[in-house]
Amino acid sequence: MEQKVKTSFTIRGAEFGNRVFVASGTFGYGDEVRELVDVNRLGGIFTKSLSWKMRSGNPPQRIVETASGMLNSIGLANIGVHAFIEQKLPYLRSLQTQILVNIAASSIQEFCDILELLEQQEGIAGYEINVSCPNVKEGGLNFGTDCSMTAEITKRLRTLTQKPLIIKLTPNVTHISEFARAVEDAGADAVSVINTLIGMAVDVKTRKPKLSTVTGGLSGPAMKPVALAKVYEVSQSVKIPIFGIGGIASVEDAVEFLLVGATAVQIGTMNFIDPAISVKIADGLMYYARENDISDIASLVGALDADVKFSVLQSWL
Amino acid sequence: MMLQSAVQRFYAVESCQEVAAKTYLLRFTAPEITCSVRPGQFVNILTGKDGAGPFLRRPFSIARIDGNSVEILFHVVGRGTVILSKKRSGDEIDVLGPLGQSFRVDADYDTAFFAAGGIGVASFPFLTDVLKKQGRHVETFLGWRNADQVYTTHLLNIHMATDDGSLGFHGNVVQLIEPFLDRKDFGKIKIFACGPTVMLRALSDLAKRKNICCEMSLEGQMACGVGICQGCPVERSHGSSKYALICKEGPTFISTDVHL
Repeated sequence: MEQKVKTSFTIRGAEFGNRVFVASGTFGYGDEVRELVDVNRLGGIFTKSLSWKMRSGNPPQRIVETASGMLNSIGLANIGVHAFIEQKLPYLRSLQTQILVNIAASSIQEFCDILELLEQQEGIAGYEINVSCPNVKEGGLNFGTDCSMTAEITKRLRTLTQKPLIIKLTPNVTHISEFARAVEDAGADAVSVINTLIGMAVDVKTRKPKLSTVTGGLSGPAMKPVALAKVYEVSQSVKIPIFGIGGIASVEDAVEFLLVGATAVQIGTMNFIDPAISVKIADGLMYYARENDISDIASLVGALDADVKFSVLQSWL
Repeated sequence: MMLQSAVQRFYAVESCQEVAAKTYLLRFTAPEITCSVRPGQFVNILTGKDGAGPFLRRPFSIARIDGNSVEILFHVVGRGTVILSKKRSGDEIDVLGPLGQSFRVDADYDTAFFAAGGIGVASFPFLTDVLKKQGRHVETFLGWRNADQVYTTHLLNIHMATDDGSLGFHGNVVQLIEPFLDRKDFGKIKIFACGPTVMLRALSDLAKRKNICCEMSLEGQMACGVGICQGCPVERSHGSSKYALICKEGPTFISTDVHL
């Protein structure tokens, strides 16, 4: 008989069927790829970032392939929260998976307005707050690299919802653990670690940057080692759950993130190459657990056999 | 909905042959694609794996279908196309498709003018087959750098231009096509075009001046090919939002609907 593996977990009362999610901005609004992947088998879907009004996004060129990864500068192109509620939420609500709405805004008030509007809707399990987009001039990194601002946003949003509030952190700061601690103290239920790393690429013929916005965000397997170290750093600093993100392309990658302290993982850029990869990793994680006599995936979380005192990280934890 | 028929699968290569200078015709068996694909649609192919070859998929026009077989025609330009060009019968390729919107073949016109710059010719054998079945008259205008690149298989009523004058008209395809647009014997003309942006821009201006409908197949760097990465915008000339995604609303666009 096949051994039963417990894959589910809860955050602030919201139950998630398994620990593999799709990352915001890499899965649209869930309906674009419905023919290519059974989204009901995911722990949840983090939607494309939503702002109050529609955003057109940045001019082309928006993406550049790099070694084992890519740079993007989409600029939070999205249909806006009202169109989302009208056109996308009914379909998302019909799914058997949890829907986590990612919110991006250029002021604290806009964050609050969007969240209050979404609070009136059925079918939303929780919120992920994007204070870490590197490709917009207002909001984005202005917030995410300011620790007290990040905490303030968290504190304000906490008063508006009893649902899981997840803050998505940027790695483009000196010590990400300080930000994680600040949002934990401000009432966040979890953190997503990490958003993209600022990067750039140059066309040597024209001597121009390849992206229209000069710099963009690096994602994909190229960033995985950085992401793992950031998740590890955060896990040594806070008690709230961590969604590990950064170049996950296989079951082994996902297990690495769990071992360094992620409670769950989000699959990002690899969705562009294989739209069904997240479900394959979710299934693979269960096989991995069976093969290794693991009855609950929770036992992998933070099970790294290492002592942080041997790491350079310890000096600022 | 375009994605109702899209699949991601490994398909067996039947053959891959060099058909012109650095130009290859790769044929693979894909009944799931041939049963629904229409001319102008594309496939997104992963040429490398585990760090060997490009990280992202690469889009290729569907050049032609023949029974259960799909043909793609490509120019070797980088690592991915080098890898593809070395595929042999029995090798597998990872294909996502068919993707995107097809050419609007049922519009009101008497004669279809195909205008292709270089490897842009890849869109037209399939379109030729479909229009031939509809009983439409087709004239094909092809522009090349030089005579070594020429590929004309399955095309009809061909007019050629080369940049270096080594074959046909000495000049570009836009200059080649211009005098034909004034001829009355073709009735109402619709242009179908594919090629470099600079050519499409010039052709789109010409079509506008002559008040002729021009539908273009655009190329753009893209990651996913299905509308989730938002990486391949083209500016709209009108409409509610500023950009359209080439992979999802295109790659085929009426020239007056977009700014190149």
